[in-house]
Amino acid sequence: MIKSYKLRRGLANTFIYILLAVLGLIWIFPLVWLILHSFRIDPNGGTPAVNVDHLFPYLNELGFDNYIGLFTKTDFMLWFKNTFIIAVICCIISTLSVLVVAYAFSRLRFKARKPLINVGMIMGMFPGFMTMIALYYILKMMSLDQTMLGLILCYSAGSGLGYLVMKGYLDTIPHALDEAATIDGANQFQVFWKIILPMAKPMVIYQILTSFIGPWCDFILVRLVMMDNSDGYTVARGLWRWTEQEYKTEFYRYFLSGSVVVSIPITALFLYMQKYYVEGVTAGGVKG
Amino acid sequence: MKYIDYIQLNPFERFWYKFKEAIKNLPNTLKAFFCAIGKAIKNFVLKLALGIKDFAVGFAQGDIITKLSYLIMGLGNVTRGQVIKGIIFFSLEVAYIAFMVFFGGTYLGQFFTLEAQTHYETVSGGRGGTSQTLVYDTYSNQILIYGILAIMATLAFVAIYLASTKSARKCEQLKKAGKKPETFVNEIKELLDSKFHITLLSVPVILICVFVLLPLIFMILMAFTNYSDKNYFSFQWVGMANFAEIFSGSSVGGASMGYTFGNIVLWTLIWAVAATFSNYILGMVVALMINKKGIKLKKLWRTLFVMTIAVPQFVTLLLIAQMIGSSQDSPLNLFISMFTGEPSQFDVLTQNYDGWIARATVIIINIWIGIPYTILMTTGILMNIPEDLYESARIDGAGPVKSFTKITLPYMLFVTTPHLITTFIGNVNNFNVIYLLTGGGPKVNEYKYGAGKTDLLITLLYKLSVDQQKYGLGAAIGILVFIVCATLSLVTFNMTKSAKDEEAFS
Repeated sequence: MIKSYKLRRGLANTFIYILLAVLGLIWIFPLVWLILHSFRIDPNGGTPAVNVDHLFPYLNELGFDNYIGLFTKTDFMLWFKNTFIIAVICCIISTLSVLVVAYAFSRLRFKARKPLINVGMIMGMFPGFMTMIALYYILKMMSLDQTMLGLILCYSAGSGLGYLVMKGYLDTIPHALDEAATIDGANQFQVFWKIILPMAKPMVIYQILTSFIGPWCDFILVRLVMMDNSDGYTVARGLWRWTEQEYKTEFYRYFLSGSVVVSIPITALFLYMQKYYVEGVTAGGVKG
Repeated sequence: MKYIDYIQLNPFERFWYKFKEAIKNLPNTLKAFFCAIGKAIKNFVLKLALGIKDFAVGFAQGDIITKLSYLIMGLGNVTRGQVIKGIIFFSLEVAYIAFMVFFGGTYLGQFFTLEAQTHYETVSGGRGGTSQTLVYDTYSNQILIYGILAIMATLAFVAIYLASTKSARKCEQLKKAGKKPETFVNEIKELLDSKFHITLLSVPVILICVFVLLPLIFMILMAFTNYSDKNYFSFQWVGMANFAEIFSGSSVGGASMGYTFGNIVLWTLIWAVAATFSNYILGMVVALMINKKGIKLKKLWRTLFVMTIAVPQFVTLLLIAQMIGSSQDSPLNLFISMFTGEPSQFDVLTQNYDGWIARATVIIINIWIGIPYTILMTTGILMNIPEDLYESARIDGAGPVKSFTKITLPYMLFVTTPHLITTFIGNVNNFNVIYLLTGGGPKVNEYKYGAGKTDLLITLLYKLSVDQQKYGLGAAIGILVFIVCATLSLVTFNMTKSAKDEEAFS
């Protein structure tokens, strides 16, 4: 009896191993394909064709040309720098506004609290694309269109509306702590700065990382704000452009190598923030 | 249904029951929602009436300085010791008047017609002759946006004005009582303590007003105009005409907006259901397989899947769009020809099979994208399930299947139901997957405005307002998307409330 049970479990486990391996292959295939093809060159020294008649490049087709070219022959470095600057500034503004709004709604009690929460929720339900056209006119009105400042404002100005997850987290920090501090003579600012902020550190890190990653992945807003001003592009918009029909023949290889280069920092950050990510998603989920 | 019946249901029946209840309660919820709005408006009006009474009585009873500060803001403060506050009030008044006289007033005046103002200018032509050229003084979109800005500024000014008169009356009363009004420094200190919320919220609220609220009002109003590429510079209010077009069945050249819209709504719903549940169920199955006792290298398996989230989504999507391309050199076709032995030129964006091949493709690729998220999410929760629950179940003689259906599933559904619905709303608005993979295609002639078989409402909105420049129509569709999402959010809210009854699991 015991033997057959063991056998059955062994069989089941073998089956699961095989299934996982197959699934794992499917999931990792596009990434492997991306990495291998990013090293693909034309052995005769020309531009490698966009498509090939074999699934993976041959050994004599591998080389570093695409990476060298990416940094020396294209605007990639400029875009990378743009994205980095935008991401850092957005990250600061967004984190501060989310933190501040979440704290006010979670901890402070004032007359306008409920109405503001409701208005914020309703505003969050409108599809973001709706406001894009108007956003462009507003930037134009302030003559901020086609500038990085305009893009930064687009990304971070509305970020205060994303307070829900942070508020959910702050709600779980016991109120007794701030009461104790208030009795000891702290004012509201000190409670915020010295007590709540250190306690909310994991969620703050989550917020910092998500708002830092945001600008690396957006391509729609950049297209709208920057139009044809390719000096102000971010990496995502630039790479997207290289897959458009007119650029594809020449730049597709740089799209591949550029994608790998962009993915490295994002992947590193993501693997680091994984546990905060789960916490963030579930905290937001349970609280609705 | 009584509670005793409810707890005997299996998790799926419970979920379904809760879902049904939420739908059934929807009219009530909506009623409650509108009642709440009505109540809020009633309260607001009452408060306003009280405020006006205060305002008038204060004016009647105040001395000459208070009366004057109803005209010159801040006068009462300056003469009674609050110099800095008074100056701030006064300069705000001056700023508002200057804004309205030199800028806002013009646009506000034209706001109700939206008609662009033009005049003809005589320009000397090439051969010594002259010609008349149409010159725009104001454009309709400028009028609309600056008009909204002027209205918002006016509202803000009214609030400041009321605050200033109140402050003037308070100063007078304090003076009469022989007390000194608060010094400026003290009021600043208050901002860090009892009025800390003003300090915290003012900057985000202003930013949101300018960069979210203003564009939002602009777009909502735009849904009631005929703004499009045909009347780009000058457009008018047209009432509900855009909504009428969306629901109209009249066809132009074999394609009607009503037909297009109806089919796209249907596909959006099919997509959202299929995408959400396929990811949820399959992702949980994979997560359970990884978490199963006796499976080694758990961390490796998990990382293998989670890696795909880490790569920016637009990269993987653009890549996959290339991989399933129609040329015979694309990986998909190479793969097919490996089996058939002859070159294949299979295009997923085919119009055959009524576009269902393209639709199935986006759902399958969305599974590839979505499963890692589910794994990432559920792994933590699966590990959070208290081990003693399983142990006691085992002692009571429950097998693995039973402990799965009685412990794991209820727990998961309890914790993740709100998340499930948020994902559903996210999928209704899933722009990236559709836009980057198929661009909404395959395009068909029965659909108007270049819409295709895989277009969702959100990509239709994008196509209408960016590619086709039918801004008014696009904005109207945006409002409809909002109504759908808001209804779903209300359902979520209802279900979360009912989920709270099961505190036992939290």
